[in-house]
Amino acid sequence: MSATNLTETPEVTAVRDKDISPGRWLGRALAFSVTGLFLVFFALPIVWLLLAPTKTARELLLNNPFSFGAFSTLADNWNQLTGFQNGIIFTWLGNSAFYTGAALIIALVVTIPAGYALAMTDFKLRRPLLILTLIVMLIPNTALVLPIFLELSAVKLIGSPLAVILPFSFFPFGVYLTYIYFSTAVSKDLLDAARIDGAGELRVFWKIAMPLATPVIALVGFFNLTGNWNNYFLPFVTEPGRKSPVQVGLAELLSNVPLFNPTSAGSVTIDLPVLALATLISIAPVLIIFLFSQRFLVTGMTAGGTKE
Amino acid sequence: MGYAFSSGYGILLLAFGVLPTLYAIFLAFTKQGAFVGFDNFAKVFGDYRFFPAVQHVAIYLVVYLVCLTLFVVLLALVVHAIKVRWISTSIRFLYYIPGALAGASSVLLWLFLLDPSVSPVAFLLKAMGLESFVQTVSVDNLPVIFTVIAFWTGAGGWIVIMYGALNNISNDVMEAARIDGAGPINTARYIQIPMLRKWISYMGIMSLAAGTQLFVEPRVLSQASKGVVPPDYSLNQLAYLFAFRQGDFNGSAAISLILLVVAVGLAAFFVFRGGLFERD
Repeated sequence: MSATNLTETPEVTAVRDKDISPGRWLGRALAFSVTGLFLVFFALPIVWLLLAPTKTARELLLNNPFSFGAFSTLADNWNQLTGFQNGIIFTWLGNSAFYTGAALIIALVVTIPAGYALAMTDFKLRRPLLILTLIVMLIPNTALVLPIFLELSAVKLIGSPLAVILPFSFFPFGVYLTYIYFSTAVSKDLLDAARIDGAGELRVFWKIAMPLATPVIALVGFFNLTGNWNNYFLPFVTEPGRKSPVQVGLAELLSNVPLFNPTSAGSVTIDLPVLALATLISIAPVLIIFLFSQRFLVTGMTAGGTKE
Repeated sequence: MGYAFSSGYGILLLAFGVLPTLYAIFLAFTKQGAFVGFDNFAKVFGDYRFFPAVQHVAIYLVVYLVCLTLFVVLLALVVHAIKVRWISTSIRFLYYIPGALAGASSVLLWLFLLDPSVSPVAFLLKAMGLESFVQTVSVDNLPVIFTVIAFWTGAGGWIVIMYGALNNISNDVMEAARIDGAGPINTARYIQIPMLRKWISYMGIMSLAAGTQLFVEPRVLSQASKGVVPPDYSLNQLAYLFAFRQGDFNGSAAISLILLVVAVGLAAFFVFRGGLFERD
């Protein structure tokens, strides 16, 4: 429709919103509806999830899906959830916090220096290490889950917290981000100046490079933590039973919902709103981190990171 | 000094990148420690569940990649054209936020949305003739369902990345196009989409690699539907069954290795040919 605009004179730049052509008006209306439609698609499920735990199972089936139930019902659902297997939900959440927290610390301790070394120093294996990092970074992490499981079971580590913490700490994408950051934002001259002043390598890293790296440390921490918290496949195979993190526990909870799983009737059952509440709780930490990171998430910063 | 700084990461890279790969190769070509050539692969290929799983994953990938490319580019262009800053920021954030529900929680949420008895969009499901959960998750519908779930959680991140890339197009070029009288469609077609090409292929290759790994979605749906969604729907599920049901680590390693070769191949192709990482 705007093909006709090509034949117009350059004065077209002077056209203001008030007298736009019908074609362009139609285009805008179309763009507006597409944006709106997808807004509904992306946001509505979350709105529904926030409201579902405030209802009873019956209300969930019969009431308007976007109505609010009652706080007392929310409390009942909470009690049913925490009562399930003597509060195993807290065990799962604790496991998740422990695994992801420990992995975050190790990841930062090994990732930041490695990215720094790749960007700011020169050594023989630098280029092979960089290429290997890029390749492993681009492999979806699920591809290595079963090989890692097979390896860990050969060394009898299955069921040990290390069986998730160590693989979670291995974070090539973080190394790549740090590498990009140091090679673009920090000048080698600055480090050399400190060296001439007599600072040792460790001191240069700790006193000069680290303070400058705060933004990238936050970025690496964010991606590592949120990715690991939501990881399902690896802990699913390496941490059975009570050692499961909440994502795996959630799927376990599902087997006790009679609607989805008729054979579980008779044993302890979980109502749908309780399952919705559990889903909400399982993602709450990540959701909160997302809300606080809102500003940098939407700038396309990761895109800028690899801008040539 | 470089070695000292990168040693910790180097050890993890060996332990969880290189070693598992080598060990999977070893397992895939041996049986009880003895070299058996391609026997494990032959057994896996001969398994009656293998080709259906390949087919399932392939159909899903076609549907997913087409939808992803089409809608992500469209939405990035539209959102980029919004001039009011806070509206644009809020929309991007709302598109992005389902990313917080990756993994089992997003599938669980979609269980509710796909069940006509509780779904807030039950009217849509019923309009499509789907009256029950079991009907909704019938095997023929699964490629579309997995596409919807994957798009819902992942598209926002890609839209933001494309948006960032669109911002990198210099204002002069955009201005010149406007002075030449190009409308939004011509600008998109002749300037923005060609400039995005690298990022689109990056998204395509990453999503292709990730899509071949399909596991959580069919696994949780299979658990929920009591087998209406088969437990051996995808290749990774099959590899899982080999290891955990049949105790056949060699067969499991063979399947994992096939998937790993695909992933490494795509990644290496992109590193050496894609031009996105030409910094060094």
